[in-house]
Amino acid sequence: MKRLRLFFIENAVVILFVILISIAIPASGLPGKFLLQEILTRLGRSSFLVIALLLPIMAGMGLNFGMVLGAMAGQIGLIFVMDWKIVGIPGLLLAMLISLPISILLGWLCGSIMNRAKGREMVTGFILGFFMNGVYMMFALYAMGSLIPVMNPELLLSRGYGIRNVVDLASVRQTLETFIPLKVAGLNIPVLSYLFIAAVSAFIVWFRKTKFGQDMRAVGQNRAVAGAAGIAVDRTRIIAVIISTVLAGFGQIIFLQNLGTINTTNSHEQIGLFSIATLLIGGASVTEASICNALIGVILFHLLFLVAPMAGKNLIGSAMLGEYFRQFVSYGVIALALVLYEWKRVAQDENSRARLRGGRTDVP
Amino acid sequence: MDRIKAILSLRGIGKRFYGNRVLSDVSFDVAAGQILGLVGENGAGKSTLMKILFSMPEIHETGGYEGSILWNDREVRFKGPSDALEAGIGMVHQEFSLIPGFSTTENIFLNRESLHKSVMTDIFGSRIRALDRENMTKLSQRAIDKLGVPLDPGMLVKEMPVGHKQFTEIVREISRDKVKLIVLDEPTAVLTESEAEVLLSSLRLLAAEGIAIIFISHRLREVVELCDWVVVLRDGKKVEEFPARGSSVKTIASLMVGREVETQEQAETRVYAEGKEEPPALSVERLWVDMPGETVRDVTFSVKKGEIFGIGGLAGQGKLGIPNGIMGLAPAGGTVALHGKPMRLGSPRTPLELGMAFVSEDRRDVGLLLDEGIDWNITFSAMQVQNKFLKPILGGLFQWRSDGEMFDFANEYIRLLDIKCTGPRQRVGNLSGGNQQKVCLAKAFALRPDVLFVSEPTRGIDVGAKFIVLETLKKYNSEYGTTIVIISSELEELRSVCRRIAVVYEGRIEGILPHTAPLSEFGILMAGAKDEGPKDESLEENLRNESLRNESLKNESPAAAVGRSER
Repeated sequence: MKRLRLFFIENAVVILFVILISIAIPASGLPGKFLLQEILTRLGRSSFLVIALLLPIMAGMGLNFGMVLGAMAGQIGLIFVMDWKIVGIPGLLLAMLISLPISILLGWLCGSIMNRAKGREMVTGFILGFFMNGVYMMFALYAMGSLIPVMNPELLLSRGYGIRNVVDLASVRQTLETFIPLKVAGLNIPVLSYLFIAAVSAFIVWFRKTKFGQDMRAVGQNRAVAGAAGIAVDRTRIIAVIISTVLAGFGQIIFLQNLGTINTTNSHEQIGLFSIATLLIGGASVTEASICNALIGVILFHLLFLVAPMAGKNLIGSAMLGEYFRQFVSYGVIALALVLYEWKRVAQDENSRARLRGGRTDVP
Repeated sequence: MDRIKAILSLRGIGKRFYGNRVLSDVSFDVAAGQILGLVGENGAGKSTLMKILFSMPEIHETGGYEGSILWNDREVRFKGPSDALEAGIGMVHQEFSLIPGFSTTENIFLNRESLHKSVMTDIFGSRIRALDRENMTKLSQRAIDKLGVPLDPGMLVKEMPVGHKQFTEIVREISRDKVKLIVLDEPTAVLTESEAEVLLSSLRLLAAEGIAIIFISHRLREVVELCDWVVVLRDGKKVEEFPARGSSVKTIASLMVGREVETQEQAETRVYAEGKEEPPALSVERLWVDMPGETVRDVTFSVKKGEIFGIGGLAGQGKLGIPNGIMGLAPAGGTVALHGKPMRLGSPRTPLELGMAFVSEDRRDVGLLLDEGIDWNITFSAMQVQNKFLKPILGGLFQWRSDGEMFDFANEYIRLLDIKCTGPRQRVGNLSGGNQQKVCLAKAFALRPDVLFVSEPTRGIDVGAKFIVLETLKKYNSEYGTTIVIISSELEELRSVCRRIAVVYEGRIEGILPHTAPLSEFGILMAGAKDEGPKDESLEENLRNESLRNESLKNESPAAAVGRSER
């Protein structure tokens, strides 16, 4: 009985969302096959980004809001590839290659700043995202075309410098999904995207088993003890953020090639928010997250988005409700996860305090 | 014991911290396979000595040490703790340095994991290698067997009982190949009796294998039982060293606290409550307090109206937690009744409003507003809680601060307590420690409290100020009949002011003694050695006779008769 209660408490968020969705799906009236196809596509689109969040959580740095830095790097890579007109898979791989040094630099910067703000990594990453957004804007809207030559005039704003608001990714659009065509029971399976996700998952699993991973877990659980044992705490944390940023850059490229366009000024902006919300809906917490959490999160989060507008229209008569709901749910679930985390910590403190009462529990 | 083949020799070790001498001329030897017990009160210099041995950074930063350390007959100057580890000296700390979510094995081999071979190593360095968990488990099992304790190599530390955490720490030290000497700082403090028993026998096992052990403990019974040799420190000096065999807890305890002081300068002071049958002003029942490092587990006592009551005990045993819990500065539970009426715990305002006051041991952070003047500091609490020093304006519509009144009041206390300052407006942060303490007292007095808690009133202040502070407390008690509870680490001070002194040990009151009880009795209570085994029956009997004698001598003072029966 106690175990069952514990199970419900531990998985409160997941259970809540399963209930919400099981009400919303019939209300939306959308066909099952359509939903299934959408989920298969979206799994391929978003999972990589969500998995990019795992290592900093393991290193005790919480949810890496700084991942938008990686997303910016990914977009810069894609813009260059579009300019140079490299198409298909080679274009994507080159974009990733270009994003790599930028991501490493930004990740190092982010990690170093977070090391100066230990215990406040999340809000630091969040604000850092806003700050770097300014730098990115200057790069995209001023430097491109004026300081950095851009050959393709279609990319530029009519004034002669600065990237257009929307960059069409037609030459690489959905190349991952269609590279190995596979249809099962009338459903398209994006095989290559899944292979990428499998590769990054395998990387995470392997990484956890290495000395690096062990150090990261030690640092995540107790910095002081890890430091006393001779583990380079700050370095380990920076590496966690760098890997996360690099993966976020790759993830953003996979994400955008599936969508087919870049919104130059805001594609990266909400990616941190949505990825983090996705991970939390999958049952992760500020201190613990797994690949499983990431995948479950993608399925639940996107199912809700798919059905919420239709359900909203059918029930209340307004499709706008769906988009409203999306924002509401993302911010809400993050707030909930932070509160739950704090609440659990207080409960643990209270629990360990119980032992002080001379072994008695009947004292009020 | 063969004392010639010393593995570690300390020669004339001395240390000053900012001009204060904390250690002087300490010398002793430890031989391979020998268990040496290092005992002394808090502040006797045990931990400083160990910090010197491990060459902790704070030792270098404060100007190094005097004397020399010989390790295997060669003089060594370690550059830091890792050098000492490298040489084969291990340390088990008082507080656990374990990762809660890691298993026993993972903790034992933290940052020393065995790794698989990998081709990537050449490119990325050895941190990229995967852990060889099989080998790690095997090695940790071997080390656990060596210590002979029932540890599960796969169990997570957070799920372990405290005792097993302690074992894990020790296994970590002995799993190093080169370890020759292990220092254990209060290893049994957190253990239950049976766990401590297991630990002691495993330490004997280790010693039999030729590992030298320095055992620091307040549990003197264990020291007598386990050790080959005992070194007693007091006030930074080595008082005595002798074989443990044949010594007794009582001898060690009296060496620790110092010799009997013949005369008590108590006679001339008159304590308000003396001889009167007063009802209890404060009664505390089953109090627990969650104050970090000063945990109170289960404390029951009562203080008569007008009494000066002392609470003593070694640091970390919980004596400071008692006033902090009652005054609402730390989470607490249990029953506290003021004049028979139960009081709600948990808010600092409640006790203040009921007429209690507290002079905190933490005067810089809790007691004072360092950036404000003396007058503000003295009158602050009284103004906030009792609306003193306020003058009504427009028929009481507003309350205006009465600066003049505050100034005069401060001036009065500056004179009374002899506070050395330029005037009532001087910033408190610029005063010396002793004068700050006097301001804290004046602040409490301004509340005209019914019950006053004074925590560590003389910590870190000079002799002159000490005298004034204690005299003022006594005077205040006899003039206003204020009930005072003094919490102090300095036994002598408690004995000179209080009639009854409770000794706190491991969060509980170990016993309450009259101030006239011999020092050794206090020593035994402080070391938690009250319940002696059958071996020390004669000692127990001695004690009983002694306290009987005390009681008959002190028949006129009812305080004495309360004795230990209260527990």
